Amino acid sequence: MSAWTRRLRAFFGIEYALMLTYRAEILLWAIATCLPLIMLGVWTQAAESGDFVHGPAWMARYFIAVFLVRQVTIVWVIHHFEYLVVSGRLSPQLLLPVDPVWRYAVAHLAEQACRIPIVAVMLVGCLLLFPAAWRGDATVGPWVPGWGALVGGALACMAAFTLRFLLQYTFGLFAFWLERVAAVHELVYLLILFLSGMVAPLEVFPAAARDAVLWTPFPWLVWFPAKLMMGEPAPVLRGFVTLGVWIVALAVVNRVVWIRGLKHYSAMGA
Amino acid sequence: MSPGASYDGCVPSIVVDNLSKTYRVADKDPGLRGAVRHLLRRQHREVKAVRGVNLVIEPGEVVGFLGANGAGKTTVMKMLTGLVHPTAGRVEVLGHEPKRRRAALLRQITLVMGNKQQLVWDLPAGDSLRLNAAVYGIPDTEAKRRTDELCEVLGLGRDKELSQPVRKLSLGQRMKCELVAALLHHPKVLFLDEPTLGLDVNAQTAVRDFVGRYNAQHGASVLLTSHYMADITALCKRVVVIHRGQIHFDGPLDDLTTRFAPERQVRVELAEPVGAQGLSAYGVVESVDGRAATLRVPRDSVPAAVNRLLSDHRVVDLTVADAPIDEVVEKLFAHADAQGDTHADTPPDAGLAEPRP
Repeated sequence: MSAWTRRLRAFFGIEYALMLTYRAEILLWAIATCLPLIMLGVWTQAAESGDFVHGPAWMARYFIAVFLVRQVTIVWVIHHFEYLVVSGRLSPQLLLPVDPVWRYAVAHLAEQACRIPIVAVMLVGCLLLFPAAWRGDATVGPWVPGWGALVGGALACMAAFTLRFLLQYTFGLFAFWLERVAAVHELVYLLILFLSGMVAPLEVFPAAARDAVLWTPFPWLVWFPAKLMMGEPAPVLRGFVTLGVWIVALAVVNRVVWIRGLKHYSAMGA
Repeated sequence: MSPGASYDGCVPSIVVDNLSKTYRVADKDPGLRGAVRHLLRRQHREVKAVRGVNLVIEPGEVVGFLGANGAGKTTVMKMLTGLVHPTAGRVEVLGHEPKRRRAALLRQITLVMGNKQQLVWDLPAGDSLRLNAAVYGIPDTEAKRRTDELCEVLGLGRDKELSQPVRKLSLGQRMKCELVAALLHHPKVLFLDEPTLGLDVNAQTAVRDFVGRYNAQHGASVLLTSHYMADITALCKRVVVIHRGQIHFDGPLDDLTTRFAPERQVRVELAEPVGAQGLSAYGVVESVDGRAATLRVPRDSVPAAVNRLLSDHRVVDLTVADAPIDEVVEKLFAHADAQGDTHADTPPDAGLAEPRP
């Protein structure tokens, strides 16, 4: 086992053990992040009575996919990092010969692993409550995602998680200068909420608005992986290229801000 | 001699040259009015936490770093470990610039802070040790051997303290576990910031002995701050005293006592009570309590004064001691303050600091 594999395993082990300690909190988080399921109820009702491109079965399927995407791309690093900087508890991590970013990333994976059983139960509940989502209806066939959809969806989810993590962590680094960066990031979250397809699928946006939104990174974080998981046609090349470009750009910005931020760190209280 | 030069031919572990750190802090009056005023017109001021510090520490040396709260000790330590970037000056630890945070340096140093912990609060200390072993690339069997060795010296049990969540440990047990975690990778330079803070006497002694033993076994350099003078006197031959960000003394502990406590304490118990007036011929009378008295006598005059006391009175008991080290340090601070008042523009280190012997 290489030194890096051993380190990452050790990080995962300790973070998973921590997450198990906070299992009740994780249950509450999982429930608190079920906005897509609320949207599912709203949009299936709307689709039944309104004039939309897609019917209720498609809407249910879309928001179940969005729910899954959301569960594997939840990022909270900004809150954690802000606390570490403001309290000075970042100091012990800076003294280790490993960049702390690896530990934060692995902590997210450990938290996701810990959340799997809760998400599985919620998913089964949704599919039972909205059987049309997997059975299909007159407008859409049964939901049987092929290997391409599964692999594509998984890769898109990984890329979306990486991008969201880098976006939030880069904002988090401004805690070296500002004390409450999480509040600033709430503005970004508003954009993610409305432009990513989490509240409404891009298909219901006016064409001009949809075209404009597709030039931002937000729809590629939720709408794109959800469409792939549904087995629907999606701009695969453009999606992965957009995600890749944003990931590389943010990684560069992140490292620059990190180096500059460390100069400002005063290790308060530690 | 330049700060980087070696005194005995070996490369110093730590070289600090004209190190300074200035913080910019917000100036805000208390209360609602102060808060509103601060919101509308922010005012900042510069705090010079460290001013022109020079320091050289050789391999294997244990140096006591003394100073009152806010004197700049911890800021210097943070700069030596790379946590805080200096405003000016040069720092070199084991040939590396700490602020660059090179893994090669981080593998060889450790920082233990009495008021902060690196152990994961909600998990057993053993988990944090396993994590550190992986992070520092220590093979499992070697990590286990080192853990057992360190635990044995500190009186920790692998199945007891190491398997309990850290939050359930007493302060003393926690600090011992912190030390095991901090020393598992066998660092060559130890920065210990108040490692015995809040510990009871037994735990203090255990930690102190442990640090001394580690230094002897591994030849590690140690920079130790402590408000417990027993820690300093037990471990450090050399002390560095910092006051208001400047070094005011750097030399052997004995020299500090000689320079700032030119008088020794003579405690005497007589067969019959003698008043203060009767004892004033032997030295300055500090206190008289019945038959017991404490006198301050200039160092050179102690033999003569003791001889005269023994010949003039029936002495039951007599001891001669140096003034307590904390008293000595207080005198040094007072001296430095007095100098600061009269020489406000004196350059850094222009006070009592002198080149190392």
